[in-house]
Amino acid sequence: MHIDIDKDVCIGAGQCALTAPDVFTQDDDGYSALLPGQEDGGGSPLVREAARACPVSAITVSETVS
Amino acid sequence: MTETTAPVAFPQSRTCPYQPPAAYDSLRSERPLTRITLFDGREAWLVSGHATARALLADPRLSSDRSRPGFPAPTRRFAGIKNRRTALLGVDDPEHHAQRRMVVGDFTLKRAVELRPRIQQIVDERLDAMIAQGPPADLVSAFALPVPSMVICALLGVPYADHDFFETQSRRLLRGPETADVEDARDRLEAYFGELIDRKQQDPGTGLLDDLVHRQLREGALDREGLTALALILLVAGHETTANMISLGTFTLLQHPERLAELRADPRLLPAAVEELMRMLSIADGLLRLAVEDIEVAGTTIRKGDGVVFATSVINRDETVYPEPDALDWSRSARHHVAFGFGIHQCLGQNLARAELEIALHTLFDRLPTLRLAAPAEEIPFKPGDTIQGMLELPVTW
Repeated sequence: MHIDIDKDVCIGAGQCALTAPDVFTQDDDGYSALLPGQEDGGGSPLVREAARACPVSAITVSETVS
Repeated sequence: MTETTAPVAFPQSRTCPYQPPAAYDSLRSERPLTRITLFDGREAWLVSGHATARALLADPRLSSDRSRPGFPAPTRRFAGIKNRRTALLGVDDPEHHAQRRMVVGDFTLKRAVELRPRIQQIVDERLDAMIAQGPPADLVSAFALPVPSMVICALLGVPYADHDFFETQSRRLLRGPETADVEDARDRLEAYFGELIDRKQQDPGTGLLDDLVHRQLREGALDREGLTALALILLVAGHETTANMISLGTFTLLQHPERLAELRADPRLLPAAVEELMRMLSIADGLLRLAVEDIEVAGTTIRKGDGVVFATSVINRDETVYPEPDALDWSRSARHHVAFGFGIHQCLGQNLARAELEIALHTLFDRLPTLRLAAPAEEIPFKPGDTIQGMLELPVTW
């Protein structure tokens, strides 16, 4: 799974970190970031929920072709 | 049949403080979009469907800039306000983004977690004081209002000693009753922040406002007027809304003893319960926008210049998303409600609000297991439909 965060669009609402706290966090400026080692989503079923919860659609989730 | 029906008047006052007005029922059946009539007879679009609301709230063709000609007004007092711009929630990008950027670091989930011990301390102290003086007590003045007031003061670096002043002026700003009251309240709050900024320039503290004074003002990213406008909205939005959720949330729980018992039996339900209460109560019921381009949505064309209103109480009861939407149910996923809004203006303080609500509600019912209303429920006054919803008083005993 590939997760892309558009930090120019992100407003720091924190919905991603609230929804999928094992994958997303917020950096010191408040913007969405992936936790170290979780860049591929770590198989969490909540990643898509987190993308859907984002109020500004800053998160794009795509399946990586293996 | 619907062709002969006059558009529903919006907003209307609730008859039960946690249910939408009965007159909004027809808005539910005509989802996702219908016509309404505002107080001045002007018609506007009313968004009542969940998916359409999320799409439109995220659409940059809908402006939040209240200084634009033709911006819809929900009340007479709001319509009378001229040449005033509200920071954050009353401006569009890119201005909005620049303002939000300056403050968002102080409203992260992490920051809300860090503030939890301080929130708990404030909640404990207010309950100690209320218990020492009662029973009975008015939960609004003894608890629901002072808790978020003290929290936002601590975060911003505003002296809580001034709370009588800013709580009174915030109430006038949001509820009038006349345009003159709203404008006067705003003048007074601006003057207050002007003096506070002067003091902070000479004697810096550790709050968010101090940070803004010393970084943004000095570096020129903000002028004094901009800083004052930002401080005003952070303080007003930071205490009024949460106070309403605490008072109305408590009232709602007391009216749903089975749900309350479940929550007491298993405090792990708290985060879900807070989301469900947010969904059910939808206290900011009527978010306003102005179309600045034509928008095709749900088989309808919203024309440039049309007013668009989002009835969060109706959107959050869309039965295609929330089965049996009028039931309070901790086991449903209330996630994706729009009680905090959606799009770029989604509530900046939502993480702080969640922490405050969880701690306030949990501690209140934990400390006072026999808490109950001290007056018949139907006699307890609550706010009219044209402002943020909440209780005006909440007489309780224990």
